[in-house]
Amino acid sequence: MEIFLQQIINGLVQGSVYALVALGYTMVYGILGLINFAHGEVVMVGAMLVLSALTAMLGLGVPPLLALPVSLLLAMAGCMLLGYGIERVAYRPLRHAPRLAPLITAIGVSIVLQNLAMMIWGREYHAFPQLINNQPHHIGGAIINDIQIIIVIMAVMIMTGLMAVVHRTRLGRAMRAVAENQHAAQLMGVDINRVISITFMLGSALAAIAGLMVSANYGLAHYYMGFMLGLKAFTAAVLGGIGNLRGAMLGGLLLGLIESLGAGYIGDLTGGFLGSQYQDVFAFFVLIAVLVLRPSGLLGERLAERA
Amino acid sequence: MSRHSLCGSFCFELLATLLRGFCTVKNFKFTRQHLLFSLMLVAVLLLPFVTDALLGRGWVRIVDFAMLYIMLALGLNIVVGYAGLLDLGYIAFFAVGAYCYALTGSPHLALAFPMLFPDGLHLSFWLVVPLAALLAGGFGVLLGAPTLRLRGDYLAIVTLGFGEIIRIFMNNLNAPVNLTNGPQGISRIDPISVAGVSLNATQDVFGITLPSVHLYFYLFLGFAALVVFVSHRLEKSRIGRAWMAIREDEIAAASMGINTRNLKLLAFAMGAMFGGVSGTLFAGFQGFVSPESFSLMESIMVLCMVVLGGMGNIYGVILGGLLLALLPEILRHSVVPLQQALFGKTLIDPESLRMLLFGTALIVVMLYRPAGLWPSRVRRRELESDETTV
Repeated sequence: MEIFLQQIINGLVQGSVYALVALGYTMVYGILGLINFAHGEVVMVGAMLVLSALTAMLGLGVPPLLALPVSLLLAMAGCMLLGYGIERVAYRPLRHAPRLAPLITAIGVSIVLQNLAMMIWGREYHAFPQLINNQPHHIGGAIINDIQIIIVIMAVMIMTGLMAVVHRTRLGRAMRAVAENQHAAQLMGVDINRVISITFMLGSALAAIAGLMVSANYGLAHYYMGFMLGLKAFTAAVLGGIGNLRGAMLGGLLLGLIESLGAGYIGDLTGGFLGSQYQDVFAFFVLIAVLVLRPSGLLGERLAERA
Repeated sequence: MSRHSLCGSFCFELLATLLRGFCTVKNFKFTRQHLLFSLMLVAVLLLPFVTDALLGRGWVRIVDFAMLYIMLALGLNIVVGYAGLLDLGYIAFFAVGAYCYALTGSPHLALAFPMLFPDGLHLSFWLVVPLAALLAGGFGVLLGAPTLRLRGDYLAIVTLGFGEIIRIFMNNLNAPVNLTNGPQGISRIDPISVAGVSLNATQDVFGITLPSVHLYFYLFLGFAALVVFVSHRLEKSRIGRAWMAIREDEIAAASMGINTRNLKLLAFAMGAMFGGVSGTLFAGFQGFVSPESFSLMESIMVLCMVVLGGMGNIYGVILGGLLLALLPEILRHSVVPLQQALFGKTLIDPESLRMLLFGTALIVVMLYRPAGLWPSRVRRRELESDETTV
């Protein structure tokens, strides 16, 4: 039972991060119908920017509780700029090209970002400075620490905020209109280029926050961290039904839970034959099973065969 | 029509298509096209010698690997280019083929089952090739069957997951029974031999001294030619045209009486077989396989070759494979001297600079040629007339 609770907690924390990153994938997909493969690298850049700004400010003697929000804002600004730039350079010229062309440029962008990061920040792992006294709390035998609590609360707040933006504001309505039908939205006076740019920037800002969360949770940042995270988040977005915001959140949380429960119980389930190193296999099997039963994800609407 | 007779008719169709290729020889006339073809053939046959003389033996090895990549790209082209099924886990079939030969052609099985195989199972390469093709094809159907209903990007993520599952199993199947030797991989794989002549040593053929890499080049050339031939015949056949119909519009294709289920499975199986055969060649050539060679990045690389070269066009795909296999190597050998010449010393880590330039090249090529470097004629027409194509 203790193990169960502990795995649930770990899964929720990991799932919140997945959900934030998955939102970035799903927003872009909803609007452009395009897999933004470079999104995972934006998360990595966000984490690295936070870390650099933080180390610089702490070095200057800025108090940690001021330095953290300031460096997060800086990183978010940096990532928004990056997201805007990626869309302008790699996706906008290809908006009417064959569907796989932007996929290749996305891969190109992600290779470029990864190697730029390696040039700037080096190949080594960067330790994340300990800012708060990371107190562990015991709940029914399981342990959750302060950082994990903050991560879950922040994720919930951000997701509620995003839902409010998308469903309550003029901008959100414009985004939904563009997602529904670009041409019709344009005829109704929506500046689609602006909306698409803003969508990329929003997603990238979320990516920066997710980057901070991951590196604070593990105490590490690395130029290669974006690849696997991006992959998992993309999986989460598809699991929930890509293009659907609620689906991305649900998919993220579910994937986090599946992974951590899988890691905890796969040994027992298979009589000790498969160990926790198979947790990714478990996650992908669940994904395949879900998609076989519901070909457009858990919350995805049934689209016509040709999008 | 029952399932059996359908499968039978597919097999028949396949055979008939391939045979028709040979039959065209009957009314043969030597035209300029044939002259061009012969000249190209001579150039390709001389390629290892020219490379060896101009650039050194290491480059012949690189060209050999480029041939393997071309075969892989042509295999993926069937799935992605013809049938329009986005496959992000294609390298898994390459891995299946490679491990198939690694297990049956090395002393490794002695570790796993010392009672059954006291010094490993040293099957002949030529026996393993059809086995690997069948096995990989089986895996292709295994992947295809549950994904028949999935649309583009959902299919992409499932195939990606499949590729990762295969890689994770290869990484971890060293316990409880040491089947794959885990991350260390399997080494001491028997070299390939043709008619009793091992390709791992320098051989004299008609007075010409052929080093091992040259021998492998000709072997790979033979296999690549076979792959090109099969692809070419498939493209013009009923099967190929049915695949393209599915790619353009699955519902319309189904309503024209095309059995989309079987044809999609066939595309997966055919692509996987090509991948599996290239895998056996890879294992025999390297003498060593490890899960590292079959990462997601490799799948992505092969996909880039297909798309960048020009999906659906054999020559485009060959060009894409050749370029993307050689470009990183060319950059590897040129970034250090270039920096030396420009700045007088090596300023930037050459490895990351190389990949940076590679990524930039991918972006720039796609921006200027969105349909690929050498798109097929059909697709170019579609692009001119209609902007929403797959």
